[in-house]
Amino acid sequence: MSLVLDNLKKSYREPGGGTIPVLNVTRFELKTAEQVALVGSSGGGKTTLLNVIAGITTPDSGRVVIDNIDVTGLNEPSRDRFRALKIGFVFQTFNLLPAFTALENVLLGMCFAGKGTDSHRATDLLTRVGLGHRLHHRPPQLSVGEQQRVAVARALANHPSLLLADEPTASVDIANQNTILDLIRDTCKENNVSLLLVTHAPDIAARFGRIEQLSDFNRPVT
Amino acid sequence: MNLVTIALKSIKQRFLSSSLTALSVSLGVMLMVAVLVINGVVTDLFSPQSFGFNLVVGPKGSDMSLALSSIYRLERSGEPLPYLFYKELQEHPAVEKAVPITIGDLTEQGEFPIVGTVSEFFELDYAYKKPFRVRGSFLKTPWDAVIGSRVAAKNGWDIGSEFKLTHGGVKDHVHEEKFRVVGVLAPTGTPNDRTAFVSIAGFWGISEHEKPLQEAINRLEKFRYTVPQSLRDQAMKQKEPKKADGHGHDHADHAELLDEQKEVTAIFLLTKGDTGFAGAILAGEINEDVRAMAINPVPVMGRLMSLIVGNIRLMLLVLTSVIIAVSAVSIFVSIYNSMSDRRREIGIMRALGARRETVFTIILAESALLCLGGGAIGLLLGHGLVAVASPIIESRSGILINPLAFEPMELVLFPVLLVVGSLIGFLPGLAAYRTDVAAALSE
Ligand SMILES: Nc1ncnc2c1ncn2[C@@H]1O[C@H](COP(=O)(O)OP(=O)(O)OP(=O)(O)O)[C@@H](O)[C@H]1O
Ligand SMILES: [Mg+2]
Repeated sequence: MSLVLDNLKKSYREPGGGTIPVLNVTRFELKTAEQVALVGSSGGGKTTLLNVIAGITTPDSGRVVIDNIDVTGLNEPSRDRFRALKIGFVFQTFNLLPAFTALENVLLGMCFAGKGTDSHRATDLLTRVGLGHRLHHRPPQLSVGEQQRVAVARALANHPSLLLADEPTASVDIANQNTILDLIRDTCKENNVSLLLVTHAPDIAARFGRIEQLSDFNRPVT
Repeated sequence: MNLVTIALKSIKQRFLSSSLTALSVSLGVMLMVAVLVINGVVTDLFSPQSFGFNLVVGPKGSDMSLALSSIYRLERSGEPLPYLFYKELQEHPAVEKAVPITIGDLTEQGEFPIVGTVSEFFELDYAYKKPFRVRGSFLKTPWDAVIGSRVAAKNGWDIGSEFKLTHGGVKDHVHEEKFRVVGVLAPTGTPNDRTAFVSIAGFWGISEHEKPLQEAINRLEKFRYTVPQSLRDQAMKQKEPKKADGHGHDHADHAELLDEQKEVTAIFLLTKGDTGFAGAILAGEINEDVRAMAINPVPVMGRLMSLIVGNIRLMLLVLTSVIIAVSAVSIFVSIYNSMSDRRREIGIMRALGARRETVFTIILAESALLCLGGGAIGLLLGHGLVAVASPIIESRSGILINPLAFEPMELVLFPVLLVVGSLIGFLPGLAAYRTDVAAALSE
């Protein structure tokens, strides 16, 4: 089992003083190399869920277990290290650091894992996402689709066991949407990486074998 | 890729504002270095040990003027002393060595100060335990000259060169007599480098240095020496109108110059035994007399140092510290302002697994690099500034400054800049440390 969420609760504090409950997940599981599309209404808590899984946001209670390790039980530096080593993250847009070339952005992904950087692997990953000829371009010199591909390569740089993608194709045209989606899914499959991908587009969700509606397993209580 | 390369990247990304802030540090450091180097040279020059003798005797007046004119040749000299007075001191039981000098003229080419003296001058160390070294020989015959290294380099003179003097620095008033270079001094880093030494005998032999005899007689009387009758006769004769061809410059004409007619500008004395104690006693003895004045140059120069050089140095150092502080503030403002643009970048790095300490360190490294880089450029610019300024300083004050002269204080600059850089980076670094990743990513 790659990912287990157990009795996970998260609520935000309102500016006024009250609390907004966002997450209340009794049980959610993701097998190794499984690919899941997560859909749900806007403001439903999908991004919050991904952040909690990645350890970026701390839950109020409950456990996140990745590769049999209780991530919620780790202290912050260990959680950062764990994130660097085990989790790949692809956001909707503006994923990359503008001052760094495509290659450097991928190397940056390796840099925080404490294992040293490997430019052979970074070049290899970029070649596999079809950017072998764009290694030294910086993000502003790349199309949005190309930028997303760099982000995918970077997310996979440290051999993660879980890839979290938050609407990775939202700002890309249909043709590119499919390329990027195929790329993510194929590389995850090749590398035995579990994939949790948030999307609003029904046709994209439809291509996944398992589609999860957030509201089906998340019942925030007031 | 490491944290320093990441910091360098973000400096490069904000190239204009980064380079402007680094430049402001450079300018501050440049001035600081220039002040330190020039100050170091001046301090060395006026440092108390820099003499091979322990008393300077000259006419009554300001002790500082006497030191400035006789040792540094930076000021015009006062009234001369009779040569007989020099003789008297030379015979004094407490005196080990007495060296007369005459100053006032300049070389026609390059306007270097002329010092008329005797060969013993070069037997005194020019600085503490540093004897003169010469290529060629020291002064032997009346028309010999020994020149400082700077004079040789600037004027392109060497052994065998001949030169003329201008009288008292008056441009068009060139003496006819020629001196011949017999020796070139090795560099000393002192005013001797830019001095041309000539035999005092030759100096006296220059026709126009022969003062109106009445003046010499008056001085002799003031110094309570008996004036020989022959001199009084000559003085009477001099007052009569001159013959038309009376201006012939045959050296032989002056051969019979009487000791009573000779004058010196100052006398360097080395006392016997304990120079400090014996010097003080002898100085007291000379100063009691109304005729002349003896000074120990060490405390005089020390006073000059603290009065002028010390205050100027303090002022300049304060000024440059303020400049560096201002540039530190501008680095702070520049980095702090950039923090809002960078929240997302920091969020991304944190999402990639960077720890809070890591992003803190990156910001700190960035400001430290800006300070150190600016400092390094400033160091080069500072020495460049000294290189540009040194010929101007030399021509105006005669002080020689080596642009490559290195001040140990410069080394202190870098740890200081590192600390300043870290202090500047601390608050922005803290902002990075505290970044809420989820919020930063959703921006
Ligand atoms: N930092 C926060 N403080 C307070 N409320 C928040 C915060 N972040 C999110 N929320 C609220 O939590 C709810 C869930 O937000 P989240 O971003 O997870 O939704 P989402 O499902 O990703 O929506 P979308 O599909 O529009 O991206 C929203 O109502 C949002 O207003
Ligand atoms: Mg969202």
